[in-house]
Amino acid sequence: MSKENVLRVSDITMQFGGVVAVDDLSLEVNKGEIIGLIGPNGAGKTTAFNVITGVYAPTNGAVALNGEVIVENHPQGKMKNLYKGKNDGKYKDVKVLTPDKITKLGVARTFQNIRLYKGMTVFENVLVAMHMNLESGIFGATFRSGKAKREEAQMREDAMNLLRMFDLEKNKDDLATSLPYGKQRHLEIARALATKPKLLLLDEPAAGMNPQESAELMRLVERIRDEFDLSVLMIEHHMQVVMGICERIYVLDYGALIAQGNPEEIQNNPRVIEAYLGVDD
Amino acid sequence: MTEERLTARCLSKKTKYILSAAAIIAVLALVWVLEQNIPPTSSWSMLFTVIKKGAIYSLVVVSMNLLNGFTGLFSLGQAGFMLIGAYAYAIFAIPVEAKDSVYQYYEPLIGFSVPEMLTNAMGGAGTVGGTLGEYLGVIILMLFAGLVTAGIAFLIGLPVLRLKSDYLAIASLGFAEIIRTIFQWDGLGSVTNGSNLLRKFPTFSSSLFPLIVSGLCIAIIVLLINSSYGRAFKAIRDDEIAAEAMGVNLFKHKQLSFVISSFFTGIGGAMLAMFQATVNATPFTSNMTYELLLIVVIGGIGSVTGSVIGSFLFIACSEWWLRFLDEGQFLGMDADFMRPGFRKVVFALIIICIVLFYSRGIMGTREFSWDGVFNFFRTLPTRLVAFFKALPGRLVAFFKALPGRIVKFFKTLPSRISGKVKKLTGKTKNSKNNHINNTDKREEAQ
Ligand SMILES: Nc1ncnc2c1ncn2[C@@H]1O[C@H](COP(=O)(O)OP(=O)(O)OP(=O)(O)O)[C@@H](O)[C@H]1O
Ligand SMILES: [Mg+2]
Repeated sequence: MSKENVLRVSDITMQFGGVVAVDDLSLEVNKGEIIGLIGPNGAGKTTAFNVITGVYAPTNGAVALNGEVIVENHPQGKMKNLYKGKNDGKYKDVKVLTPDKITKLGVARTFQNIRLYKGMTVFENVLVAMHMNLESGIFGATFRSGKAKREEAQMREDAMNLLRMFDLEKNKDDLATSLPYGKQRHLEIARALATKPKLLLLDEPAAGMNPQESAELMRLVERIRDEFDLSVLMIEHHMQVVMGICERIYVLDYGALIAQGNPEEIQNNPRVIEAYLGVDD
Repeated sequence: MTEERLTARCLSKKTKYILSAAAIIAVLALVWVLEQNIPPTSSWSMLFTVIKKGAIYSLVVVSMNLLNGFTGLFSLGQAGFMLIGAYAYAIFAIPVEAKDSVYQYYEPLIGFSVPEMLTNAMGGAGTVGGTLGEYLGVIILMLFAGLVTAGIAFLIGLPVLRLKSDYLAIASLGFAEIIRTIFQWDGLGSVTNGSNLLRKFPTFSSSLFPLIVSGLCIAIIVLLINSSYGRAFKAIRDDEIAAEAMGVNLFKHKQLSFVISSFFTGIGGAMLAMFQATVNATPFTSNMTYELLLIVVIGGIGSVTGSVIGSFLFIACSEWWLRFLDEGQFLGMDADFMRPGFRKVVFALIIICIVLFYSRGIMGTREFSWDGVFNFFRTLPTRLVAFFKALPGRLVAFFKALPGRIVKFFKTLPSRISGKVKKLTGKTKNSKNNHINNTDKREEAQ
């Protein structure tokens, strides 16, 4: 029995002017998997995340979530002549969703350069991520209708539970940016989970962590996958983490996929070793 | 940090409600008593001008802060929106028989007055029902003024709020200037009275009216800010990309904030018309917007309390406390330099000092709370003791370090100035580079 597919990225090319940041990338994530996306600096990993989450419309290609196309594009206008990628003409439709719509469909992410809401508390940071599921309108919420009160109470309870899981409940009323770096990374994950995602995209969650913290993070990611019943696609430079928890790994170099497979296959792949040679990591 | 918080006592919710209610009643009662006892000839009657205008400005400044301080949208259309509110109120409030004397050069197009109609419908002038009818008419018109303003904001927002927020500043500023010209245009004279005054509409005489109306409106804004929608606004302010990534629909929420802010600005404009008893488009210039923006900054960007305090202080200084500077007397002596206008010089200097040395404003982003007030007074003695104990040492250190600091200040001045200039020019270069990105307006989401 093949596993249920959650994310399917097909032939994505992202070209900025003349720069091809992602070159014909295809990958898939199945239900319950933890998948790694690795590659040297500037390989186009974050750009791939930005395409999946709707921040950038790809130049060519499509992204499907649970079998439904959420993003599709082909070279248009000036790009028709500039386009350097492959599969030109394969995609005919144009579908561009804004990031908030994609988040609503069940894709949540964290950021490589932490992007917490600076002027808000830890608690509020998590609450914001629950706002999109609010049913009360602005009148009800402002004038505290019965329904709005119930929803607010529920949101607060859920947010508290998330904070507890990440050991942040003591910092509840601190400004998010006053947290130590590692806790800020945890808060970003908690905030992403508050959107109730089916697919979680983590952009270098272990960056700046020591080996022990990285090990804890690995356990945490696995726990999240099990408890929240979701799939994870993570960008990570710490090979210890990637090799430790990822079932399959995709390797990008200069925007293009150079290898894919399980950790063992990747570790022994000569092209991967070559791509990483000279890159001190 | 945590220890302090543990000792900081928290009042129960009920106590806070009771305290708030008591404070509101006390203020209103005090104003009422003062109004009964201070004759209009007394120099203290300036107090009521300050209360009235301060209350109106508070509402408008808080509305502006909702946009600038809580949603991070930089709009400069405040004066234009106030103007719309003022006219929307005045045009439909002038009694029928007064229309001919107001519209001297035009044939008045609007042949009715809402407060007048309701006065007549509810018992006629002079009766209790009639008076209530007039109040009702005035309130309906104020809501109407707010709705018209909000509607126009909605239309402006449709194209502009999809762009980066810099465009909002430009578009709203342009809109405010255009709207002022339109309202003075002869072609609309039968409605707006061209460049002539609108007069004779119902006004208020007691300071309680603007206090209560502004108070209610600001309370609603505070409720909004503390709701889930308010949190979404703040998320947009702090980080648009992260807000959108967490499912906040940017356009919808910016539009909500813009429309609601304009609604209350329109009501503020209607009240300003009532306060002045006349309406004319001339004073609603961008200077007025800058004045309001200044109060937002002085009070604290992102603090409702700060906006209210800032408004009253600003109005009190400009209308009352600094008047003596214009009167040609200084400590009883004749002073030549204190001629009319000197007040404005001093005022400008004070403001420059505040903005330079106190750039987070009076309140920063803090808000009033009863807990804060109580803890302030509870810890005051210990803090005072600590302060005076440390004072001699600090003074000595200060004066010891002073010569060195002065020398250093002037030594590093040239390099710091050139550094700032470089930074500024560097910034403009960067923003040009940003436009190379073909996809769209977003900054890199890393
Ligand atoms: N908005 C943009 N405009 C132009 N070029 C861009 C843009 N965004 C990314 N790029 C380019 O695309 C390439 C890939 O960048 P990306 O941030 O995706 O790399 P990455 O794999 O995440 O690297 P790192 O490991 O350093 O995070 C880089 O060369 C970058 O300069
Ligand atoms: Mg990256």
